[in-house]
Amino acid sequence: MSTIKERSEFILRTPAIGPALALVVAVVVFSITTDTFLNVDNLSLVVQQSLVIGTLALGQTLVILTSGIDLANAAIAVFATLLMAKLTLESGMPGVVALLIGIVVAAAIGAVTGGIVTGFRLPPFIVTLGMLTIVTAVSRIYAAGQSFPVTDDTLGFLGQKQYLFGQVEVTYGMVLMLVMYIGLWYALTRTAWGKHVYAVGNDPEAARLSGIHVRRSLLGVYVVAGVIYGIAAWQALGRVPNADPNAFQLGNLDSITAVVIGGTSLFGGRGSVIGTLVGALIVAVLRSGLTQAGIDNLYQDVATGVLVIAAVAVDRFSRGRQR
Amino acid sequence: MGRRGLAIIAAGLIALAASGCTSQKTGSGGQPADGGRIKVGLVTKTDSNPYFVALRDSAKAEAQTLGADLIALAGKFDGDNEGQVAAIENLVQQGAKTIMITPSNSTGVLGAIKKARDRGVLVIALDTETDPKEAVDATFASDNTEAGRMQGTYVKAALAGKAPKVIMLDGTPGSTVSEQRHNGFLQGVGLKDGDPAIVGVEATNGEQNKAQTATENLLQRDATLTAVYTLNEPAARGAYVALQAKAIAAQVVIGSIDGSCQGVKDVKDGKVVATVMQFPKKMAAQGVQAAVEFGKSGKKPTGFVNTGVTVITDKPVSGLQSQDTAWGLQNCWG
Repeated sequence: MSTIKERSEFILRTPAIGPALALVVAVVVFSITTDTFLNVDNLSLVVQQSLVIGTLALGQTLVILTSGIDLANAAIAVFATLLMAKLTLESGMPGVVALLIGIVVAAAIGAVTGGIVTGFRLPPFIVTLGMLTIVTAVSRIYAAGQSFPVTDDTLGFLGQKQYLFGQVEVTYGMVLMLVMYIGLWYALTRTAWGKHVYAVGNDPEAARLSGIHVRRSLLGVYVVAGVIYGIAAWQALGRVPNADPNAFQLGNLDSITAVVIGGTSLFGGRGSVIGTLVGALIVAVLRSGLTQAGIDNLYQDVATGVLVIAAVAVDRFSRGRQR
Repeated sequence: MGRRGLAIIAAGLIALAASGCTSQKTGSGGQPADGGRIKVGLVTKTDSNPYFVALRDSAKAEAQTLGADLIALAGKFDGDNEGQVAAIENLVQQGAKTIMITPSNSTGVLGAIKKARDRGVLVIALDTETDPKEAVDATFASDNTEAGRMQGTYVKAALAGKAPKVIMLDGTPGSTVSEQRHNGFLQGVGLKDGDPAIVGVEATNGEQNKAQTATENLLQRDATLTAVYTLNEPAARGAYVALQAKAIAAQVVIGSIDGSCQGVKDVKDGKVVATVMQFPKKMAAQGVQAAVEFGKSGKKPTGFVNTGVTVITDKPVSGLQSQDTAWGLQNCWG
């Protein structure tokens, strides 16, 4: 038998447990209160609806773990969607090449951000705020007021469906998101790189003294995050086959919402990507479930807001206990 | 403490879900579950623009009169295609028989619309056409080219032979509505894009502050203009403030489009000379009527249903039918 103290320590060490329980509660409640929430089609849809924000939130988690924040993530992804779509549409470039260019450019923007953060020791909030403004403007210049429909099969690939057991709708995007989460979970918890990321987020000075290259670690995080945003762009084109410079204006905040609900601490050094996945799913479940219950949009936003505050309160309380 | 936090989250979720439960029950008025009442979904571009609020409120009122349930969803901002796609998907799941949509991007939501229609859902575009138009069953909207042309025709007549020297305040770059109104205005006033009589063209996203800044900057370049085209009334107000600051508002003809009550008041106060009124309440009400008709008889509306536009001005010009601001204030949409 475990004592209460041991159990609460388990919850502390496993920050994804709280959000996971909240997700289960939400699913159960909506399954009971509505006729239409609990069915295979709808659950599949909920996952599909969380793909883009879920992927953006994965990169966001990395940055937040280093006690940074990335306000430019969605803007970078939108720019990548425009690059991919416009290159195939207007230069007749093969989809694969355009896709890779989009991802490489997103990684390069991440490298620039990381370079400025580490090189000039500027706060990530300010640097990414600047990048958000710059990248959004560059997107608008590049798009010249147009949006670009995507017809290329490679770019739209993640939206394609397969049916498991003849009826469970699964898109390639869902598979890719799962693979990315598992991959990053492994890298963060089982490799030296991951341990360094946590250490840098916890206390950069202590990390430096224990021989970790803090700057190199940070720079690496921003580059990996950039690659993830490039893949988020691919996910976005799978969901809505149209690259629109006006899309995902709130993607940065939505991704932070998912990270925070997922139990990752904004102070850095504590949290998990699995929590973020759950956080992204909770937001989509709330939106879908409340719609099924006949509740209008703005009340759905109220619910999400309540959840964010509740999640941060949990983080706060559990930190207080830790000390 | 972790437990207490969990309890807070769980309690919050249950409270929300419970309130959802209640509102659904009042909504279905004691009918057997899922029986009888027709579910209609409405997806607007945003929740914040008064125009879409009018559209939504009017649709709700009409649905209540006809005994249907209306669920109103929206994108979070103009251009939120992903949000609109999710809204359509959730409405289809929820069992809506008809979805009325004001598409953010005229091509962005086509995939979701097609999926809904494949499942037998009637899809009606409200206010904004999709591209191509055949992507939806029917469109209930103003003819925006016609609205622009009326503004142009009025401005030309009001200038009474004075050479036009125009600045054009457009909407969101790439928006069909913005382009249609822009081109309509040019037809009406008798100019072509690139004509030197057009002093400047700026995208304002239909926002007053952007329109004001744009006008101020254009006035720095050339303050001898005679007319201002505005895509909507907030843009017209922005232009007026900028012109007023230079004390030249009186000699410039400002035309606009929309028909909000504030816009009509601006016409009455002489800030704007004329505005072309649209009728979002009519679009919403007719859309809901069509949805209920479809629910009862299975008959789908088709094609483009023009809900009409009317020039509102207290200074009528010959050759263009108009109504005065008293009529305008009775018929404005909010």
